[in-house]
Amino acid sequence: MKILVFVKQVPDTDDVKLDPKTGNIMREGVPSTINPLDANAIEAAIQLKEKHGGTIAAISMGPPQAEDALKKALALGCDEAYLLCDRALGGADTRATAYALAKAAEKIGDYDLLLFGRHAIDGDTAQTGPATASFLDVPQITLAASIAVEDGWVICDRVLENTVQKVKAKLPAAVTVTADINTPRYATPLNIMKALKKPRTIWSSADLNCDPNQIGQIGSPSSTKKIFEPPKRNTDTKYFTGNPEDMAVAFVDMLAAEHLV
Amino acid sequence: MLINFTEEQKMVRDMVREFTKKEIEPRDKWMDENGFDFDLHKKISETGLAGIHIPEEYGGGGGDAVTSAIVIHEMAKGSGSVALALDAHWLAADTILYHGSDEQKKKYLPMAAAGKIFAFGLTEPCAGSDAAGIKSNVVPAPDGGWILNGSKAWITNSGVADIYTILAKTDPSAGSKGISAFIVPNGIKGLNIGKFEDKMGCRGSATCELSFDNIHLPADALLGPLGSGFKIAMMALDGARISIGAIAAGLSEHAMTIAKNYANERMTFGKPIAKHQGIMFKFADISAEIRAMELMTYDTAAMKAAGKRHTVEAAQTKLFSATRCTQICLECQQVLGGNGYSREYHIERFVRDAKLLEIGEGTNEILRMLIGSSILAQK
Repeated sequence: MKILVFVKQVPDTDDVKLDPKTGNIMREGVPSTINPLDANAIEAAIQLKEKHGGTIAAISMGPPQAEDALKKALALGCDEAYLLCDRALGGADTRATAYALAKAAEKIGDYDLLLFGRHAIDGDTAQTGPATASFLDVPQITLAASIAVEDGWVICDRVLENTVQKVKAKLPAAVTVTADINTPRYATPLNIMKALKKPRTIWSSADLNCDPNQIGQIGSPSSTKKIFEPPKRNTDTKYFTGNPEDMAVAFVDMLAAEHLV
Repeated sequence: MLINFTEEQKMVRDMVREFTKKEIEPRDKWMDENGFDFDLHKKISETGLAGIHIPEEYGGGGGDAVTSAIVIHEMAKGSGSVALALDAHWLAADTILYHGSDEQKKKYLPMAAAGKIFAFGLTEPCAGSDAAGIKSNVVPAPDGGWILNGSKAWITNSGVADIYTILAKTDPSAGSKGISAFIVPNGIKGLNIGKFEDKMGCRGSATCELSFDNIHLPADALLGPLGSGFKIAMMALDGARISIGAIAAGLSEHAMTIAKNYANERMTFGKPIAKHQGIMFKFADISAEIRAMELMTYDTAAMKAAGKRHTVEAAQTKLFSATRCTQICLECQQVLGGNGYSREYHIERFVRDAKLLEIGEGTNEILRMLIGSSILAQK
């Protein structure tokens, strides 16, 4: 089986600061990590490889430091890594990103399964996986909480709000996974030592034969108008006093007045 | 910069740091109250960290002495007990790594890498610092094997170990040159596990007495040449003293982090206590000493990795790091005031854990003899 796993490097912090000048997230000096759901996707790929054999390629589009995320992917057990890195690719929205990722998949070729984390924790759109699958014209299964491969089909449980769907798609297919699907393993020291000897390739948009109008900011139909912190919630505290019965009555009256009960 | 990790070493460091935060640190209080954590040991074994510096051909990580120092340094930031157990495991496994025959290495090193627990048995109830005064003895058996009699005390990992490397007298008249090393598997007839020590600290590591009652060992249980046991033990202790430096640095840093967070939040006299110079100055001294411990540890590890003799340097590292670690943990406890006296705030446990570092694997006093006499003998 040839599996391609798409990973994104994201800020490793809850404490995201915004640059007051540009309104963008400040990434300089902020530690980065593999998007947690992509780690789930890598784990799913490794488990499938352990069962069915084959190879796993990790692919990421990002600045040069995104190579660290790919090195981690190799240490977890991927066999080779590809970084799509080019000024022209920068500033991309999900459509332009998916276009470039699809080009990379085409260049690698001969894949059976494309795996994505459902969403990245910085952008949170959940669009990149499905968009890439569309560009490649392969069937897609999203929100997978389980994955199995049998006789050329991939079979997944999709966990929706009130139901679980069991869906299958003929390979080659794309699957986006949720955190429920597995618990990512730790990279073993042996694999860490081996990781840096595995092949890592960097491709530019020219290497991928990208149409310059479909990549980067130019290729992005959507653009971020403003990034801002949500307004702080009202944390005024109302104190109830008196004996417990009176306090209880007053409290329930307040809940009723706020239409909370 | 003296400390310059390779890319792989940084990745190993980051992995152990993450693993320690998630898996080891949350269990430290439980281990203090309940002892050795077999479930946690299994998780650690699965990562392969127990074999980080065992060569790849034996199933290990193929790392060097710096890599293993990194691993034990990071683990100590979560638990002194776990770090100490790993130090003792390596102390024993390394005797086989450096002195084992090909057959012994092929048989035992994969076990050590995979998570079987090893323990190093030198100390006896009547002989600690005076290691050449041990009384356990081995005589040849008629079938070419060996008969072991005697006892050991204060052996870390004893009681949970799968393999023991035991030092015993094969020639009682020859002093330290009459000691030989033997590989003794757990469960062998005549090996009796005695009482578990009720220790002050590092209670998550198992320590108990062993007694040997006419244990019949096969001929190939002898490790290294006859009479080379003392040398084997001293060489292994050089490496272990680097581990102690790393443990001291990690434990100290953990204490400092808790104290720092507390100092930045606790308010007295209208401001966080971190703003009072009396408290601020403590952190200046503590941070400088931790940095010194780290530099000494990693520099000595680099010497070992380069194949250089490092006996004096390892002893200096342990002497300085262990002594300062106890004091640092006490100072951090003091920063917390009354809360420092509570088990809930953890630092009292680090104080109890730290004290061992000044005693085991070479007391401060023995190390001062070693270092002092070496320095004074140099031109």
